[in-house]
Amino acid sequence: MNAARQNRFNTVAAHGALILYTLIALFPVFVIVINSFKTRKAIFREPLALPNADSFSLIGYETVLKQGDFFLYFQNSMIVTVGSLFLILLFGAMAAFALAEYRFKGNLVMGLYLALGIMIPIRIGTVAILEMMVQTGLVNTLWALILVYTAQGLPLAVFILSEFMRQVSDDLKNAGRIDGLSEYRIFFRLVLPLVRPAMATVAVFNMIPIWNDLWFPLILAPAEEVKTLTLGSQVFIGQFVTDWNAVLSALSLAILPVMALYVIFSRQLIRGITSGAVK
Amino acid sequence: MTALTLTNVCKSFGSVEVLKDINLTVEEGEFVVFVGPSGCGKSTLLRVIAGLEDATKGTVNIGGTVVNSIPPAKRGIAMVFQSYALYPHLSVRDNMALGLKQEKQPKSVIEERVSKAVQMLDLGAYIDRRPSDLSGGQRQRVAIGRAIVREPKLFLFDEPLSNLDAALRMNTRIEIAELHRKLSASMIYVTHDQTEAMTLADKIVVLRDGRVEQVGSPMELYNNPANQFVAGFLGSPAMNFLSKAPLSIPKNGALGIRPEHLRATKGGRIKGTVTHVERLGGDTNLLVSTAQKEALTVRIFGQDETRVGEEIELDFDDHAAFAFDHEKQRVFADHG
Repeated sequence: MNAARQNRFNTVAAHGALILYTLIALFPVFVIVINSFKTRKAIFREPLALPNADSFSLIGYETVLKQGDFFLYFQNSMIVTVGSLFLILLFGAMAAFALAEYRFKGNLVMGLYLALGIMIPIRIGTVAILEMMVQTGLVNTLWALILVYTAQGLPLAVFILSEFMRQVSDDLKNAGRIDGLSEYRIFFRLVLPLVRPAMATVAVFNMIPIWNDLWFPLILAPAEEVKTLTLGSQVFIGQFVTDWNAVLSALSLAILPVMALYVIFSRQLIRGITSGAVK
Repeated sequence: MTALTLTNVCKSFGSVEVLKDINLTVEEGEFVVFVGPSGCGKSTLLRVIAGLEDATKGTVNIGGTVVNSIPPAKRGIAMVFQSYALYPHLSVRDNMALGLKQEKQPKSVIEERVSKAVQMLDLGAYIDRRPSDLSGGQRQRVAIGRAIVREPKLFLFDEPLSNLDAALRMNTRIEIAELHRKLSASMIYVTHDQTEAMTLADKIVVLRDGRVEQVGSPMELYNNPANQFVAGFLGSPAMNFLSKAPLSIPKNGALGIRPEHLRATKGGRIKGTVTHVERLGGDTNLLVSTAQKEALTVRIFGQDETRVGEEIELDFDDHAAFAFDHEKQRVFADHG
C-alpha cells in the first residue's frame, strides 16, 4: 500500500476483520484436531480444553489404523480426486478452447448447453447413473466415481476457462500459427500456461466437494476395496454408539492430503509468467 | 515478378461484408502500406493474406502460387503483430528460432540466420532473456527479428508501432525503413497513422468500409486525391472543405484547400475570425471561423503573432484547390 493512502485505523480494521474471519473459519478444524488427541472422557468433559498429560491419548488414531484398511481408503480417495481433477481440467480446457477460439455453427448453443450443467445438480440423475453403471459393469470400481465427478465438474470448468481463454491474445495464437505450430501445440504450449491461474481456481473449486463426497461412493462404490475415506470413516458412526475418538482422528487425517493438494494448486494462482507476453 | 496479387477478394462475417471486391498487386521489393480509419478492413485484409482468415471469395496469390488453401506457415510469409506476441516461455533466441525449427531447418542454418538477425537488430545483449525482461522497443525488435529469420517472400506488419511511445515510434520507423532497404524484401504494412504511411510507403492503399479508395505513391495521393475521403485522410492538419466557396463548384459539392496553401493577405477572398491558435514553434496553426460560419485551419510556417479573436483575410492559389462533386468525387473542370 502506498504511504499517502495508508491510515493506521484502516490497517488495523482490515487486519482485525481478516483475523476474526480466520478464527471463525479455523475454529471447527481446531476443535476436531485437539479432541482427536484426547481420551473419550476428556472430549465430553471439556471439549474446548487442550490435551494435557492426563487427557492425552492416541487411542483414536490407533483404532483408525487398526480397524479397516485406512491406507487403502486414502489411496482410493486420492486416485478418485486426482483422476477426476485431471480429466476435468483436460477436457474442460479443451472444450473451453474450442468454444473461445473457433467460429462454428452452434458455438453459442453448445456453450449454453455445457453451462446448463451448472444449474442442474447431478444427484438428480443418481438412479439413471446407477442403472448405467450396473449395465456397463462399472459398479464398485473407482472408474464409476471418476466418471461421475468428471461429468459433475466439467460445466463450471468450461464456463470459467472459456472466459479466461478469450482473454489470451489472438496475436499470440496467430504468431504460433504463422510459425507452423499445430493447434494442439498452440493449446498446450501457448494458451494453457497463460490460463494456469484459472486452471488452479477450477481445480480448487472441484477438489473439496469430490474429496468430501459421501453420496456417490455410498451408492456406486460401497465395496470394501474401493471405499473412499469419507465412506470408510462412517464405520465409526453407529446408530447407538459412536466412537468419537476414531471419527475425530479419521477426520484429522483426512484434512492432510487435501491441504497438500491445495498448496500445490495455490502456488499456481500466483501470476507472473503471463507478464511480458503481450503488452 | 509480383510478390502478391489479390483478385476479387471478398470477406464476410455472417451477413457483414468486411472486404468488398479487393484487387491489388504488390511488386517484388515494394513497400506497400494499407491505411484507413479503424474498422475499414485493413487488418482483416492482412489476415486474409496471412491465411489467418479465409477469403469468402476471390484468390490470393503469393509469389506466383495461389495460396487460398495453404496454411499460414507454408505461405512464405512472416508477420509482426501490434502486441509483439512473443512466446512468453521462450528466450529471445528461441523465440526467433521456433519457426525455423518447425520448418525442420538444419541447426547450422538456424544458428546462422538467428545470429545475423541479432546483429542486424542489435539484440546481442538480450539473446538469453525472456520477453518479460525486455522493454517495449526491444520486444518489438525481437518480433521483427522473428520475422527476418524466416526469410519470407512477403513481410506483413500489423500496426507494429502502435504500442510504442512517440520517440521510440520514430526510431523504429526509421529502422523499419532501413530494414526494407537492406533486405529489399516485399513488405505490407498496416497502420491508421498517416505519418507512418507517408514516410514508409512506396505505394499507399487507402481503404474505407472494405473498399480500396485509391492506390498510389504518397505524393500522388497527396497532390492528386481521387475523392474527398482520400483528400481529407492524408495530410496533417487535414484538408479544409468549404461548401460556400469563393470559386464555382458543383452543386452540393465542396472546395478543398490544404491548410498550408492558405495565406493571410489583405483583401483575400475568405474573411473570418481567428478562434484558436496552436503554436508549435516550427509552424503555427490558426483555426478560423469564416464569415459563412465554416471552420478552417490555416498552417503558417514559422512563428506568427496572430491572436485569438482577430479578424483575418485569407487567400489561396486557384491551382492548389480541389473541387469535389455531391458524391464526393474529384471534379477536374477548371475553377472559376
